[in-house]
Amino acid sequence: MSIITVKNMCLWYGEHQALTDIHIEIPEKSITALIGPSGCGKSTFLKTLNRMNDLVQGIKITGDIQYKGRDIFDASLDVNELRREIGMVFQKPNPFPMSIYDNIAYGPRTHGIRNKAKLDDIVEQSLRSAAIWDEVKDRLKKNALGLSGGQQQRLCIARALAVKPTVLLMDEPTSALDPISTSKIEELSMKLKEEYTIIMVTHNMQQAVRISDQTAFFLLGELIEYGNTETLFSTPIDKRTEDYITGRFG
Amino acid sequence: MQNIMTEKITIEKTKSHKILKSRKIYSIVMYVLMGISVMLTCSFVIFIIAYVFIKGIPNISFELLTTKPSYLLEKIGILPDIFNTIYIVITTLFFALPLGVGAAIYLTEYAENKKLVAMIEYAAETLSGIPSIIYGLVGMLLFCQFFGMKTSLLAGSLTLVIMNLPTIMRTTQESLKTVPQSYREGAFGLGAGKWRVIRTVVLPGCVDGVITGCILSIGRILGESAALLFTAGFAHAFYGFTAMGIQKALSNSGSTLTVALYVYAKEQGEFEIAFAIAAILIILTLFINLLASLVEKYWGKRRSL
Repeated sequence: MSIITVKNMCLWYGEHQALTDIHIEIPEKSITALIGPSGCGKSTFLKTLNRMNDLVQGIKITGDIQYKGRDIFDASLDVNELRREIGMVFQKPNPFPMSIYDNIAYGPRTHGIRNKAKLDDIVEQSLRSAAIWDEVKDRLKKNALGLSGGQQQRLCIARALAVKPTVLLMDEPTSALDPISTSKIEELSMKLKEEYTIIMVTHNMQQAVRISDQTAFFLLGELIEYGNTETLFSTPIDKRTEDYITGRFG
Repeated sequence: MQNIMTEKITIEKTKSHKILKSRKIYSIVMYVLMGISVMLTCSFVIFIIAYVFIKGIPNISFELLTTKPSYLLEKIGILPDIFNTIYIVITTLFFALPLGVGAAIYLTEYAENKKLVAMIEYAAETLSGIPSIIYGLVGMLLFCQFFGMKTSLLAGSLTLVIMNLPTIMRTTQESLKTVPQSYREGAFGLGAGKWRVIRTVVLPGCVDGVITGCILSIGRILGESAALLFTAGFAHAFYGFTAMGIQKALSNSGSTLTVALYVYAKEQGEFEIAFAIAAILIILTLFINLLASLVEKYWGKRRSL
């Protein structure tokens, strides 16, 4: 069952067309990897799904994007509610300059949860789901910027989980991290897909093979090939996909 | 053959030696010139501060600080001027702070027309550079006459509000721009609305800029005389600390320390008093600058960790 359906989607930054005629269906509770060379539009595509691109000036999007069968650009749809359901983890860990606790509680507080016991509970659950609880449970009141890069990124995942999303968008979540932190995040993603739908932009081909269920290959703003990860990497249909995954360019 | 070669080499050696020598002299001359500039600059500053302190501090007495002037008793006290200064600082910030910060937030976070914003920023920078007597003139016509406030502390404060708005707005804006975009993205990504993002993530990150703007403004208010001569006048009345008294002080003419300095020196020839006030103002300015650097250090540390 697909949770996100995109049809005929095009996107322009001013005069420059960044995405052309994208069609994609993303199945629920799985990991979808978006691969492709830098500047091919995969991050732009990702940010369109929870309308983070609204913040960019001079952007124009056409086509149809449906989340759970509903047009995400529908005027009656609350964009803040959409972003709560479709959470996001960024390339560079970006915890707020507050305590670990306040970082996690930021989302729930935003959506109106004030009860202290309830917040405590959410904070613990989220940190546990992001596999960082044991490392930070004794210093919840300490500033989050004091954590290591890998811990900060898992904190950001916990922060995204705290608002109970259904989809997690990850924009190269491990590109700024060391190999050990990377494998922790990968392990975590594998575990999270039991409950969440994950869409992950990655530059790391091995990572896509290791963790994703389906892979989409973008090139120059077009979706060249999309399918089961194993099939795509073993028997790519398009020549360009083959060239890219065998490292002939990119 | 051999001889010619060695000759050539010696000639070239002396040549390069000459160049080296002239370069050396050049650098020594520049070094001395720069040393002289440094010495002159420093000695002027030190001379002025020392001169004012030596002439002023002996004239600061408890009586001077705690009484008001009386022509009958032929004595001078600057208590009213001290309180006028405090009132004017507080009233000015009371109006200028919310307006300036609000404008800064709008321009950096909401405004879409970046060209217009750039123009406004340019205008604000120009405004903060024009001579203050022009503000005095405008304030006099606008507040004292058109709005019928007469020459009063309130009219003076409002003039200073206009004068300090650009400073507060610009420092707040610059500080807002230093809050990383990734914080805003993180908050938006969690489904926070625009105002919540600004209130919880952006504003706490720019408190240092707002405080710096405030402190700079206070310094400017303390040092202002031209604009206040026109608008706030130079009375030395003191009305006490009751609400009524403060209200009366604001709606009547009154001089700040800087204006009082001018009046005592220029109109009454009381140079001892003028120097005493000058010393007090220098001490206050030093104190405020110290405060500014402390605040910047404190918030800078907080942000980096």
